[in-house]
Amino acid sequence: MSNLVILIPIALFLGGLGLGGFLWALRSGQYDDLDGSAERILLDDDPNGGNA
Amino acid sequence: MSCCAPAAEAALDLERFSEASAEEIRLASRPAGPGLLQVHLSVPGAHCGACIRTIETALARLPGVEDARVNLSTRRVAVRWREGAAKGDVPPLVATLGRLGYEAHLFDAAQDDGRDPVLSELIRAVAVAGFAAGNIMLLSVSVWSGADAATRDLFHWVSALIAIPALAFAGRIYFRSAWNALRHGRMNMDVPIALGVSLAYGMSLYETMTHGPHAYFDASVSLLFFLLIGRTLDHVMRERARVAVSGLRRLAARGATIVRPDGSHDYVPADEIGKGAVLLLAAGERVPVDARVVAGLSEIDCSLVSGESEPQQAGPGSVLRAGTMNLTGALTVEAVATAEDSFLAEMVRLMEAAEGGRARYRRIADRASALYAPVVHLTALLTFIGWMVATGDWHRAITIAIAVLIITCPCALGLAVPIVQVVAARRLFENGIMVKDGSAMERLAAIDTAVFDKTGTLTMGTPRLVEAERVAPEALAVAAQLAANSRHPVARAIAEAGKGTAAGLRFEAVREVPGCGLEAQAGGAVWRLGRAAWALGRETESGGTVLSRDGVFQAAFASEDRIRPGAAEAVAALGRGGIHVAMLTGDAAGNAEAVARKLAIADFAAGTLPGGKVERIAALAAEGRKVLMVGDGLNDAPALAAAHVSMAPATAADVGRNAADFVFLRESLAAVPLALSVSTKAGRLIRQNLAFAVAYNAVAVPIAILGHVTPLIAAIAMSGSSVVVIANAMRLSAGAGRWWEKPAGTRPAPGGTALRPAA
Repeated sequence: MSNLVILIPIALFLGGLGLGGFLWALRSGQYDDLDGSAERILLDDDPNGGNA
Repeated sequence: MSCCAPAAEAALDLERFSEASAEEIRLASRPAGPGLLQVHLSVPGAHCGACIRTIETALARLPGVEDARVNLSTRRVAVRWREGAAKGDVPPLVATLGRLGYEAHLFDAAQDDGRDPVLSELIRAVAVAGFAAGNIMLLSVSVWSGADAATRDLFHWVSALIAIPALAFAGRIYFRSAWNALRHGRMNMDVPIALGVSLAYGMSLYETMTHGPHAYFDASVSLLFFLLIGRTLDHVMRERARVAVSGLRRLAARGATIVRPDGSHDYVPADEIGKGAVLLLAAGERVPVDARVVAGLSEIDCSLVSGESEPQQAGPGSVLRAGTMNLTGALTVEAVATAEDSFLAEMVRLMEAAEGGRARYRRIADRASALYAPVVHLTALLTFIGWMVATGDWHRAITIAIAVLIITCPCALGLAVPIVQVVAARRLFENGIMVKDGSAMERLAAIDTAVFDKTGTLTMGTPRLVEAERVAPEALAVAAQLAANSRHPVARAIAEAGKGTAAGLRFEAVREVPGCGLEAQAGGAVWRLGRAAWALGRETESGGTVLSRDGVFQAAFASEDRIRPGAAEAVAALGRGGIHVAMLTGDAAGNAEAVARKLAIADFAAGTLPGGKVERIAALAAEGRKVLMVGDGLNDAPALAAAHVSMAPATAADVGRNAADFVFLRESLAAVPLALSVSTKAGRLIRQNLAFAVAYNAVAVPIAILGHVTPLIAAIAMSGSSVVVIANAMRLSAGAGRWWEKPAGTRPAPGGTALRPAA
């Protein structure tokens, strides 16, 4: 029982971390051009400095 | 570059777009940082990694361009550029892309900045609901596998805490929509969802507080999660079609060069042109507002406006309609109407008046929910009353009534229709057909009559040389070289036919004589390409276009508007499917009859005005027929709006494309039977799904009414029914190899041939 008190918050925290990461990626525009990002990885040198 | 070799035909077309655009690019640019301007170009031909690289490098190399970034999903390029020292100094963006073989249009960034607030809200809601559903399910599984009293209560409390923000954040989409519906006295699918989810939560919270064994937190949150996935997919599909359609916006007349009373020239946007303003119209420009010619001679391409395939003569006194294109000579015109009173606006008014069958149509989902929701709520109420009467235990009666609501909560029903439509829309999208919304497919499946426009729909709208191989190659080469100087459709056709040949002549003093043809000098000889009477100085019996040297006949060219590929097959396929095919055109009777005979269309009418098309469609509708209208011109737009369902090629006028339910991007008219076939199949799958949802309820509801439903059973039933419905919808994409299908591996020619706008 006592281990649950520690483990459940840890599980929730880690899950929340993933959720927060996803929302951050969404907001910073990483999902704006999914088709383009899939192709850009194949380009040798990004003329824009590679901040895709 | 292998897959991106530009289609030569597209490259040829581009030249005519590249000229007038410098001012237009400036008008469309927005400030982006100190000294920088940003403009969005739509590049429908960009489709792979090599395209990104080619476009970005070429544009970034231009002087004045700060950077260029391609968005492959929306097929757009955002270019940031620095204004040069001279004010008219705009980098040749469209011309540069044209040389690479990519057709580019200005994209009006004012209408949206590329972000979609609804989609971000939906995706965020899906993420939150998914997180909550996963964690609550984890805790619920522990409860189901036998957690005892104190542990169970703890798990229930943690679940309740996770569920609250999830419901508040992810559920508000449904609460909002349900509240809107109720407030206006309507019923939609979101009402039972909102009610079920919130009642399930409320009851579970009470159970938790009173140390009860059954809590439905998992059901309430995972229900939201599933439904949000369906709704997001639906939105993505529709948005994708919308973006692709709006990206096709041509460089229409956004403005014109106006002559001020003091004689100075100015380039102003179309909506600032007042009545009586004097405008200069160069060859190749579209007429921005209805206008009367003051000076100059030219020919006008009316194909997009009236459906006439032959260019019309224009001289002083002629009235030009907005949207037509000035082909051969410079004109000075006087505006007789402002932009909002022009021909275009008249079409919009006709369209609004015509909006008929579509507004009255109710989607299957709405009809189902209007029937479904009262039945479910009544069942729950009767269950409650029944248990009250039988046992007098109100807690037990409420618990069982809410379990009925949860088990009937339209998870399968909510997904039944959208998931099929998403799969169908995806399937059509892969074949170059955009669907505006799901109800369009339902309406298409019901048609029994198909009405086609001629110019630009059954035909390509651009003439092509016939029997070009019978013309001497040297003569063709000379004619092609000469024809390259004109925008006249026949000249374009000759230039295209003679592409790649070299005449080795050096033409001087090329001039275009409006209504006659082209004249040029080379090595002391006068070459003429044009009307026979003018080029030879005498009438000939054959007519057509003639090439002459010092008045001596060299070669004759015959051209015709060619039939759109797949048109005959499409008409035949529709006929086989028992659909009556008719043709309505604004063109002359002779041209109409020739096309109708070639395509074996018995029912056709020529010389039809826009209002006449609407009347004809209204008459068909009055007979109880469900009409599909396929058209492309401005003059078709009211008919497109009046029909039960409508389709337009991507080359259609903006208004027509916006009025149409389906837009097909490829040249072939095979899109029509394909869309029909997919829609019919989708309709069948939707009915199967609805039947399954009813069958599921027929089994599950009695169990729930008898009080045997536990949270575990509810979770299994709900997920199981959703999976069945989704799997059934997927059968649509597995149905390859039908009669209308092309052999595998036929992709459209990249570089934009399929997206080529009409001349």
